[in-house]
Amino acid sequence: MRLITGSADQTVKLWNVQTGAQLYTFNFGSPARSVDFSVGDKLAVITTDPFMELTSAIHVKRIARDPTEQTEESELVIKGPQGRINRAVWGPLNRTIVSAGEDAVIRIWDSETGKLLREADKESGHKKTITSLTKSADGSHFLTGSLDKSAKLWDTRSLTLIKTYVTERPVNAVAMSPLLDHVVLGGGQDASAVTTTDHRAGKFEAKFFDKILQEEIGGVKGHFGPINALAFNPDGKSFSSGGEDGYVRLHHFDPDYFNIKI
Amino acid sequence: MAAEVMLMNEIEAKAASMAIDLNIDFNSIQLPRGEDCGIVSDDEDVYHDDQLEFDSGFGNVIVVDNLPVVPREKFEKLEGVIRKIYSQIGVIKEDGLWMPVDPETKKTLGYCFIEYNTPQEAELAKEKTNGYKLDRAHIFAVNMFDDFDKYMRVPDEWAPPEIKPYTPGENLQKWLTDEKARDQFVIRAGTDTEVLWNDARQSKTELVYKRSYWTESFVQWSPLGTYLATVHRQGAAVWGGANTFNRLMRYAHPQVKLIDFSPGEKFLVTYSSHEPSNPHDANRVVINIFDVRTGKVMRDFKGSADEFTIGGAGGVAGVSWPVFRWGGGKEDKYFAKLGKNMISVYETETFSLIDKKSLKVENVVDFSWSPTDPILALFVPELGGGNQPARVSLVQIPSKVELRQKNLFSVSDCKMYWQSNGEYLAVKADRYTKTKKSTYTGFELFRIKERDIPIEVLELDNKNDKIIAFAWEPKGHRFAVIHGDNPRPDISFYSMKSSHNLGRVSKLTTLKGKQANALFWSPGGRFIVLAGLKGFNGQLEFFNVDELETMATAEHFMATDIEWDPTGRYVATAVTSVHEMENGFNIWSFHGKLLYRILKDHFFQFLWRPRPPSFLSAEKEEEILKYLKKYSKKYDAEDQDVSMLLSEQDREKRRMLKEEWEKWISEWRRASEEEKLERHRLRDGEASDEEEEYEAKEVEVEEILDFSEEVLFEE
Repeated sequence: MRLITGSADQTVKLWNVQTGAQLYTFNFGSPARSVDFSVGDKLAVITTDPFMELTSAIHVKRIARDPTEQTEESELVIKGPQGRINRAVWGPLNRTIVSAGEDAVIRIWDSETGKLLREADKESGHKKTITSLTKSADGSHFLTGSLDKSAKLWDTRSLTLIKTYVTERPVNAVAMSPLLDHVVLGGGQDASAVTTTDHRAGKFEAKFFDKILQEEIGGVKGHFGPINALAFNPDGKSFSSGGEDGYVRLHHFDPDYFNIKI
Repeated sequence: MAAEVMLMNEIEAKAASMAIDLNIDFNSIQLPRGEDCGIVSDDEDVYHDDQLEFDSGFGNVIVVDNLPVVPREKFEKLEGVIRKIYSQIGVIKEDGLWMPVDPETKKTLGYCFIEYNTPQEAELAKEKTNGYKLDRAHIFAVNMFDDFDKYMRVPDEWAPPEIKPYTPGENLQKWLTDEKARDQFVIRAGTDTEVLWNDARQSKTELVYKRSYWTESFVQWSPLGTYLATVHRQGAAVWGGANTFNRLMRYAHPQVKLIDFSPGEKFLVTYSSHEPSNPHDANRVVINIFDVRTGKVMRDFKGSADEFTIGGAGGVAGVSWPVFRWGGGKEDKYFAKLGKNMISVYETETFSLIDKKSLKVENVVDFSWSPTDPILALFVPELGGGNQPARVSLVQIPSKVELRQKNLFSVSDCKMYWQSNGEYLAVKADRYTKTKKSTYTGFELFRIKERDIPIEVLELDNKNDKIIAFAWEPKGHRFAVIHGDNPRPDISFYSMKSSHNLGRVSKLTTLKGKQANALFWSPGGRFIVLAGLKGFNGQLEFFNVDELETMATAEHFMATDIEWDPTGRYVATAVTSVHEMENGFNIWSFHGKLLYRILKDHFFQFLWRPRPPSFLSAEKEEEILKYLKKYSKKYDAEDQDVSMLLSEQDREKRRMLKEEWEKWISEWRRASEEEKLERHRLRDGEASDEEEEYEAKEVEVEEILDFSEEVLFEE
């Protein structure tokens, strides 16, 4: 079982999950920002930040079954978007790569030729940096979160905008429940507003929305700093959130959660 | 971002590599033509402005008439007197004083011309000296030179004015007849100004009218809600209409900064302040009073800012606004201004001082009108180190008869609070202790409507408590006080009518340790919001004063403004752009339930549209209260209908959204099925699509931590 990690130390590493051993290190010229395995785990897509003269880029690497046969070579390198590419993931059947980042435009690329296939509509798309992206369990749709205080749900194939969820704070992290039709948004505040800080302790919330009706159903408080990361347990019965305050919180849902009806 | 720094040798090297000669032949340079080298100065505006002052030709000349006619011997003396008077007001231009002489009689003609450097000085001189009594026989008649021209042009023949056809105006009160009895409010966010209905039943707003750049600074409702006023560089304007907002009238007043309506909406007062030509002088203030419906200037006031800032310190634009306070209730009969040792009271028949002179009150620092009757309350502080005590007087207008007076000893400061029906006046007096080191506060309570206006003194249980806020119950006989020195002060409620003795004030209760620093009574009384603004970050407590119990506590984080709607049914709390985040407003029910909230970035103003007072007589209102149950049944049924309709609509909308989603999902599922085989292949035959359930297995792992052998005993 493999784990792939990307770091600001300009490397991406492969690990053996059972033993914790490092299997391989890919080296880059700039910090690695996002990593994702393809369906079948034979490929990985990695994004790197703009740094010095390097622009940001999307790299596709072949992952060998046997770590001793692993090579440094990239199958494909895609360049083009301005600013950081915060997230790049594989589309259905590994035929496409979906990227999103600082320039607020979601792009779909051909994973073999690197050609730009689609771009999200500027009018309906995000207006500020897209901070996070998560796919649905079946890969049919994906959710993006942005500093423009909204999250949007898109069709992975056509890149049509399906839903929009509006909150009061810039969104740093998004997650979709594998079990129910809920999406969770976590966020914080603009860096510029830091001096007028929210000094209510424990009041940064992970907000839950009904995925279909786009309405807020509730929130989970507890962090006293902006929330930067959210993830659902694959069984859908708990979720975890990580924040600027240095805490990771694990939340287990009450039985009532599964009976929410609007 | 640091600026890019380059060394000189780097520049030279670069130039050399590009074969550019860095040496310059200055002689060969040709300048563009024209004094300004063809470059448009960005100071142009300044020059234009200056020129305007001098363009009018004779705009800085005044004519002073009704001077004594004097023979040659007295010329110099008269000239000296005139010069002395007029030099005090402004700087008379070189050779600017000319007294023409009759060539036959060799005596002065009885008038003279005076020229100043600026038209402002000339106007000021005209204001100040017109009507000045040199002696009993000679009262100056001063006019602007330009005015003569204007009056001489009046044609000799009178031509009847054209009669314009009558266009009936719109019903400006139409908004009061809303079937759902909703109230309107105006909000300003960013560059937009919107007027919206508060549709509380549907928990949302409904747009009435929206416009970008409707105003150049702020908006303000007239006191009875008929007009919405906007402020622009050239003046103010009012808008209104039956179903939308049309511009009804404009009022020219360049650089207007502040406006104020008279309580009956008959008049609009506008204010501007201008920098003087001599920087050592105070600003020049211009105040105009317009008739709202016709737009005509009824009266103007011009003068130095010093004349208008007595009593009030600073405030917006350097003056305590409003400068003119209206009195006598909704008929807009009187307005008054605080002056040095006097109060100038004007009446609106002729727009001149009552009895042609101000009310002289030595040392007066503050005054306040009764909201309903033509009575002034004024305060004169202590004088001469305790020789003359401070006093509060009630003066009847227009008779100027003193109705009641009270001397207050050892008072350092005082504030006056009238109850909304003019029934009571509370005077909060800060007194020095005997050692003069600290102050304690007490209240003098005047019962205005009772014979001889009895006064009662009230001290808090703890005299030394600082008073943070005070508010009368509107239309009621109670008041609330926030007091105390703790971070969480106390709030006490008092009634002017105690259960056993109607003539004495009594305490109803004291709430201890509250996070509140501001009081907001419902306009109908009975309910109050105890709010913690600023440092308390928006704590709200909805309190029922009849039952003396809290109905709800809530929070609107960082709220800056709180306002009840005019009917007392709803409370609006808002976060304005003073804060960067979470700008917008909340609408609550009177008992503290949050109905809905709207977020708007760069939020500047929230103002409910005021309502005029009810036309029902007191008896009719009582009757309605008696039969309220009967009337409510009808409205309850209506409400029920609306809410059923609502949920029906809601349900329909939700059903549609779900259907849409299902359709989309099934589309996708179909496509996914077709690709299933492909995925299978990618995963090297693993059918992991179905692996949705994760099995949590508990595995026991035995780990040997340590192994040690101990010999117990040796054989």
